[in-house]
Amino acid sequence: MDLKFSAADEEFRAEVRGWLAANVPDPALPSGDTAEGFAAHLEWERRLFDARWAVVSWPAEFGGRDANLWQWLIFEEEYWLAGAPQRVTQNGIFLLAPSLFEFGTPDQQRRVLPKMASGEQTWCQGWSEPNAGSDLAAITSRATRDEPAGGWRLHGQKTWTTRGAFCSHLFGLFRTNPDAARHRGMSYLLVDLDQPEITVRPVERLDGDEGFAEVFFDGAFVPDDMVLGTVDEGWAVAMATTGSERGLTLRSPGRFLATAAKLVELARTRADVADTALHDRISQAWIDAEAYRWQTFATVTRMVEGGHNGADISSENPAGSSMVKLFWSELDVRMHELALDLLGPHAELVDGDLAQWMKGFEFSLAGPIYAGTNEIQRNVVAERVLGLPRR
Amino acid sequence: MRFAFSEEQLEFAQATRDLLAKECTPAHLRAAWSNATGRSEGAWSALVEMGVTGVLIPESSGGLGLTEVDLVLLLEETGRCALPEPIVDTALVAAPESWVRIDETAACVLPESPLAVWADTAAVIVVLAADGVRVIRREDVTLAQRRSVDGARRLFDVTVPDHVAPIAPVAAAARAFRRGALGTAAQLLGLADQMIEMTVGYAREREQFGVKIGTFQAVKHHLADARVKLEFARPLVYRAAWSLKQQDAAASTHVSMAKVQAGEAALLAARVALQCHGAIGYTTEYDLHLYMKRAWALEKAWGDTTWHRRAVGRALRAGGDQRKGS
Repeated sequence: MDLKFSAADEEFRAEVRGWLAANVPDPALPSGDTAEGFAAHLEWERRLFDARWAVVSWPAEFGGRDANLWQWLIFEEEYWLAGAPQRVTQNGIFLLAPSLFEFGTPDQQRRVLPKMASGEQTWCQGWSEPNAGSDLAAITSRATRDEPAGGWRLHGQKTWTTRGAFCSHLFGLFRTNPDAARHRGMSYLLVDLDQPEITVRPVERLDGDEGFAEVFFDGAFVPDDMVLGTVDEGWAVAMATTGSERGLTLRSPGRFLATAAKLVELARTRADVADTALHDRISQAWIDAEAYRWQTFATVTRMVEGGHNGADISSENPAGSSMVKLFWSELDVRMHELALDLLGPHAELVDGDLAQWMKGFEFSLAGPIYAGTNEIQRNVVAERVLGLPRR
Repeated sequence: MRFAFSEEQLEFAQATRDLLAKECTPAHLRAAWSNATGRSEGAWSALVEMGVTGVLIPESSGGLGLTEVDLVLLLEETGRCALPEPIVDTALVAAPESWVRIDETAACVLPESPLAVWADTAAVIVVLAADGVRVIRREDVTLAQRRSVDGARRLFDVTVPDHVAPIAPVAAAARAFRRGALGTAAQLLGLADQMIEMTVGYAREREQFGVKIGTFQAVKHHLADARVKLEFARPLVYRAAWSLKQQDAAASTHVSMAKVQAGEAALLAARVALQCHGAIGYTTEYDLHLYMKRAWALEKAWGDTTWHRRAVGRALRAGGDQRKGS
């Protein structure tokens, strides 16, 4: 056991901190889940990319720095602590990219990754359908063979597609073999959304942003070389992606440590010093954020010693990532509820500086739902971690 | 950064687990509940034989010369079996400071834990107070026995003669407190794990409505919550052990975080275990209560959850973000 970062990692932290201090937008950008905010965020993503901070853990040839897993976690801690903008590229760089590194051909990696890192192409996730939410294997959207064109024609509908109204590309699951059993016969396809056979309808979210979209496919085309992994075996690729979504990549500890730090600051001016119950909740939020940090460090130690590099962060134990998702999603709700308690009658404000808390609260409420509801995650923990019988 | 134990540390813990699986079974615990001392017959001498009481003592003084990091997993094992022995008071607190010989035991008294456990069989009573540490031979204090909900824990009110002066400064008392709280946190992890494991075993076998009760989501979700709580308690306990070893300036806060998370994990595991067992768990014929009652006692010992959470809060308000720069 050695709980100190190496000198190289500390130097990396200092460099990240210095660059962010000089470059993080002030005032903060408008929400990236609106048309106006999305464009502003893409400019920020481009600045990150030009300074090679967009995807630190990726190989240099794709725009990264070959940073190790520790440095990636350090980057995340510093990024959120500096109050830097939400990543509108996140579903590409954190969800699709780990699967591309694991399952993609060298050609797919070359064509997709650099443009994803720079924000030139933006990716949304096409999984849920009107009748397939928690039960993802119930999807019915299909891809049929177009032999002369050398690819697949898509039919059906995806829904709850985050930033679908603004993104240029979609990765999703489609049935390529209608005769196969539930979890078989699906393929993982990489779709260019700029086609007349695709209709995207924005859907206003709980927080008022047009962050959701429904995506309708009416014969849109995907060439054979944009199938990720093997045809009919997309489920395995998708499961790798959900591991990233629940665990290390999408929601790393840095984000929650930053919220806890902001709560402590908010309490300095807003909390009655005599209100011990309130202070106890703040202390507990901090302890929980620390617990997530150190639990992650234990996970990363195992991954590093198992031979994982910085880019390959999707191979984490999927059942372990279910525990992680339960923990951070519920912590996030508790922290935002606490912030609203601190704000009292100002909690309902959605203008000015305090708006971030109501906005954050609304967003935190999505956490126990997306990436597999927490009820599903509890089943996974019970069955695959504890060994309780499925039925 | 490497947040994992070494092969040797894991082997040491496994050896302790194997030993205690033989020497501290539920039958041994039941015997301790009804015997004269509340203590195990063979487990303690076997642990002393292994050198456990001298783990933190330098090799030059007859100990193993190891650290809190080496000891923490082993303490978790003593929690898993609800070992009825003063291992925290002795091996973690008194022996490293030479307040007790390694073939004797100690019983600690402090404002946050005013009742001395297994004091009648201890060689010395260690009193941690605001003005320092007093160490008194047991025959020089007055003991009045009290009963614990955990029948193995023999509790005593201790009256120390007025003329006894501190033999070690406040800093030593603070160090002793940190170690005692860490050791108790580690035992709480083991207890939580034990209760979850027992309950999973039961839910895999017990049938109602024609199926194993472990197939019901209501049961699964209770147990998943307990498992998640434990998952996010362990790392803070191991990190606190490291901070103690390093004499980190924030070690005291790290220990408090550990005690909070471990105490909460053990209480939730106890609650879930009882609920999922149903009426059988509510009997003393079934073994669950042996572990549950120990968890209830230890969550309150060496500073309860609220005490430690407030200690973290004071540090937070005084120091802000202690993560910066590390």
